[in-house]
Amino acid sequence: MTQTAQRTPLVELTGVSKRYGSVRALEGVSLQVHAGEITCVLGDNGAGKSTLIKMVAGLHQHDDGVLRIDGEETRLASPREALDRGIATVYQDLAVVPLMPVWRNFFLGSEPRKGTGPFKRLDVDLMRRTTRQALLRMGIDLRDVDQPIGTLSGGERQCVAIARAVHFGAKVLVLDEPTAALGVKQSGVVLKYVAAARDEGLGVVLITHNPHHAYLVGDRFVLLKRGTMTGSHTRDEITLDELTSQMAGGSDLDALRHELQRR
Amino acid sequence: MSALTETADERLLETSPLRRLLARPELGSVVGALAVFVFFACCADSFLRASSLSTVLYASSTIGIMAVPVALLMIGGEFDLSAGVLVTSSALISSMFSYQMTANVWVGVGVSLLATLAIGAFNGFMLTRTKLPSFIITLGTFLMLTGMNLGFTKLIDGTVSTKTISDMEGFPTAHDVFASTLTVGGVDIKVTILWWLGLVALASWILLRTRTGNWIFAVGGNKDAARAVGVPVDGTKIGLYMGVAFGAWISGQHLLFSYDVVQSGEGVGNELIYIIAAVIGGCLITGGYGSAVGSAVGAFIFGMTGKGIVFAEWNPDWFKFFLGAMLLLATLLNAWVRKRAEATK
Repeated sequence: MTQTAQRTPLVELTGVSKRYGSVRALEGVSLQVHAGEITCVLGDNGAGKSTLIKMVAGLHQHDDGVLRIDGEETRLASPREALDRGIATVYQDLAVVPLMPVWRNFFLGSEPRKGTGPFKRLDVDLMRRTTRQALLRMGIDLRDVDQPIGTLSGGERQCVAIARAVHFGAKVLVLDEPTAALGVKQSGVVLKYVAAARDEGLGVVLITHNPHHAYLVGDRFVLLKRGTMTGSHTRDEITLDELTSQMAGGSDLDALRHELQRR
Repeated sequence: MSALTETADERLLETSPLRRLLARPELGSVVGALAVFVFFACCADSFLRASSLSTVLYASSTIGIMAVPVALLMIGGEFDLSAGVLVTSSALISSMFSYQMTANVWVGVGVSLLATLAIGAFNGFMLTRTKLPSFIITLGTFLMLTGMNLGFTKLIDGTVSTKTISDMEGFPTAHDVFASTLTVGGVDIKVTILWWLGLVALASWILLRTRTGNWIFAVGGNKDAARAVGVPVDGTKIGLYMGVAFGAWISGQHLLFSYDVVQSGEGVGNELIYIIAAVIGGCLITGGYGSAVGSAVGAFIFGMTGKGIVFAEWNPDWFKFFLGAMLLLATLLNAWVRKRAEATK
């Protein structure tokens, strides 16, 4: 951890704010993403988690503060630009096209082609083979890459999306609540692939409202509450209990415990 | 990574060849086409004659030429209610331009291509800009084109049909390209059948083997996911509308050159026939699923039913009844197939 702190972060937000009209969605949020590390963004509903990833993914632009990619101050104009700069975002709900086969989904938007002129065509064999290999590399063994991706479970679909980002050379992987809609076991599977992506050297931003999941894999923790940052810690500074209690609002949780214990 | 090498697919079931067959979008239409074929082969003695089959194929091709691009558009998740009258508009533009300018008819054909493509692009542009449902946008263009077809024709020619252009320069060659009849082994083959087969082949190639095809499936299946991975959603949709316009141009020129005048009120209602052919052929009304071959089979069912009723010497009033029943059956089958294909978890 100590030597990574010296390196330039892949993505760094400093005092970033975002307003939607008169609504202040984010105020003064700072965050660092390093290669081979997982930065967790924790917060309850409405804390500003989605706004934060939309800025990193290039869907929205920040109003104040500084966004740096590889140490260079920048603004992302579109999701395409974010992708080109190595930032891949896996959304919870809009990651895939359910009726399309796994291999078509895998290469969607970056299809390899062969041939020239009017005969330029998809390199279907390469696409099928690469999909299978890339999934295997992440530890996912799909017997049939031709099945519609909608036939996979929610967790498997997340994993395919993660494998996809890794394959296309993403340097930063942004995951929007990858475990939110999943059961305990499936969440575990997804977290394993998140860790696998980290081991491949990617910087990961994991958005979640589950401190247990975050603490399992996270190296840094950023806590959001109603659009402001209420805490920013590295793993050695904080325990799971502290994280949980901060996330739940600390004193609110104590009060709740008192109330419940009296019964 | 060692912990990750274990596989997590014990729940994956072996897919049988039968299930794969069931997942083909064309399946329902092929079964339907066989049933209709056998039915009329039994009920109408003259149905199996070569000349009858060539009539059936011709009728199918006039629908099929439009059903192909309409199917692509539906896979891309949109409708085009203006497709029927656009065919007439395309024919009118071609005919009136050549006549008024006393130009070679090929000039009119070229102008018509540009104008028709522009109308298609307009549909797509309005759709992607306003984000309104394509149903509303193209209903608007449908009504406007219907009015313009009649209005301009009356304004320029004084009647509801155009002036004859059969004596004009270039007419014979244009007739050859768009409306000739070839005789192969004593059987008449209308050139529209070749156009139709060519379009089916081209559309299948685009859909299944090109990047554009991947994008078409994606924008129809999940527009937001497609956009998020960098697919040019708006461009794809505009392109699909221009594809429909291209089909309308071919159909329009056929309409013009098989006679030499165009009735300005024609085409109304045909847009639904194209959509029905595409749906019978396995296109999902919600987008993201379907095939060009399926639309051809759907058009063939149309052709067989329409002509078969005549060969069987039945009252053609029943044609629409058969059509409605077929549409319902096809849609039910498609819904079932989709449920199997998309079954999650």
